[in-house]
Amino acid sequence: MTELPLHRGISAHRIGAMILRYWYLLLSSWPRLLELLYWPALQVITWGFIQYYIAENASFFARAGGTLIGAVILWDILFRGQLGFSISFLEEMWARNLGNLMMSPLKPIEFLLSLMVMSLIRLAIGVIPMTLLALFLFHFNVYALGLPLIAFFCNLIFTSWSVGIFVSGLVLRNGLGAESIVWTLMFAIMPLACIYYPVSVLPGWLQYAAWTLPPTYVFEGMRALLIENTFRADLMLDALAINAVLLVASFGAFLALLRSAKRQGSLLSGGE
Amino acid sequence: MTENDEASSRPTVAESSLPAAIAVDHLVKVYKQTRAVDDISFSLPRGSITGLLGGNGAGKTTTIAMIMGLVLPTSGRVQVLGHGMPEESASVLGRMNFESPYVDMPMRLTVRQNLTVFGKLYAVKNLSERIAALADDLDLTDFMDRPNGKLSAGQKTRVALAKALINQPELLLLDEPTASLDPDTADWVRGHLERYRRDNNATILLASHNMLEVERLCDRVIIMKRGRIEDDDTPEAIMARYNRATLEEVFLDVARGRVNGAKEAAR
Repeated sequence: MTELPLHRGISAHRIGAMILRYWYLLLSSWPRLLELLYWPALQVITWGFIQYYIAENASFFARAGGTLIGAVILWDILFRGQLGFSISFLEEMWARNLGNLMMSPLKPIEFLLSLMVMSLIRLAIGVIPMTLLALFLFHFNVYALGLPLIAFFCNLIFTSWSVGIFVSGLVLRNGLGAESIVWTLMFAIMPLACIYYPVSVLPGWLQYAAWTLPPTYVFEGMRALLIENTFRADLMLDALAINAVLLVASFGAFLALLRSAKRQGSLLSGGE
Repeated sequence: MTENDEASSRPTVAESSLPAAIAVDHLVKVYKQTRAVDDISFSLPRGSITGLLGGNGAGKTTTIAMIMGLVLPTSGRVQVLGHGMPEESASVLGRMNFESPYVDMPMRLTVRQNLTVFGKLYAVKNLSERIAALADDLDLTDFMDRPNGKLSAGQKTRVALAKALINQPELLLLDEPTASLDPDTADWVRGHLERYRRDNNATILLASHNMLEVERLCDRVIIMKRGRIEDDDTPEAIMARYNRATLEEVFLDVARGRVNGAKEAAR
């Protein structure tokens, strides 16, 4: 039987066209733009005050200044990165535009690359003001982390794209009835990613599971940096290796789900 | 169709050596227990307009979706402009286009923005001029900067047609192209499609329930029922075979299972 087209000749022009499409969409609705800012700002303000309160009452947290706010900011990079990717994808499902795209010369890899760029744009709109709020309200300067911040950011965004690609494939295959996965899947990894507590808190057997997730390495790395002033490059390299595997696996899963959607005819329905 | 139209749509020697615009060979699509398309074969020459007729559930949309590569066949082969679908789709998707009631244009984008995005996806040269020409041809000029979601059904259909023509496709697949249009606009769209075919020697495959439209536009009709091809010929030959004055009467004969009786009566 037939194979799906492989991905020779990726066109920057077509990727640009898709980014333009999402840019137009973003500019067409100020509530959407506002929403990008609203939740991250609310998060950082709430957790900033919690950090203040705990620091006044616990000597460990006084030493570990910024770990909570830092964790919130990094968690938001992970979560908003995935949402930024997946929401742009869902826009096509909501608009019933997927058939137009699938029938156009746009290749799946180009589609996914445009969604990645859009997740960065949406993330920048939401998270940069969040970091400035943290700086002015709580004197936590995430940019002072320096080069390690780039390592944290890259690892988190790669994970967010892997999850985004996988859940987009699931929605493509199962229609909008599977939309809730987009909003909830990232929370499923939250307890194991050890965002607000060290991996050592987990039972021994669960620690093995936690170390399969790249974000765990990032949050451990962040704590090492803020508490012990040590940059754990080894953790970042491990995370990068796992991310590489996850990205390849998620892309493979997306193609398999796309093929399944074409076999089931769900690209024509797209609904529940 | 006039004699001149017929002459202009006749393939030249060079064109006749080209592979068929669409070649469908023993195509089958099974969804769980349902055979939506059941071993159909046909071939459409370049520059032809073919109507795909049939009641609801006859398999028209599934057939078109398989030709477009949106649905994978269970078995059989589809070739479009000489390339196997979907494995060689990258070679043909830029040369074809479609319009279907199963898809919409993004509602929040203006007509101009939508056409710009699709023009770029299809790598249309001189895009601004092309959009201006389409706006002029399809009478979109007054609402080019209005969001698609704020248009009437007829305006949306014309915008969808503009998107379908943005890349001047060699092959155009249309599913109910005039379904929500008033008679005047529908007639005007049909005229536009006729001119487009004549000027570009384009091949058009259209699924429609409007028999007058099919009689006027199509030089060939494929009638489907329960996933199979029930008949395949020129509209005139089919009407003669069933001894009917209109395709609508033929359609009713086929839909209500009076096929053999009608053919017998004709003999």
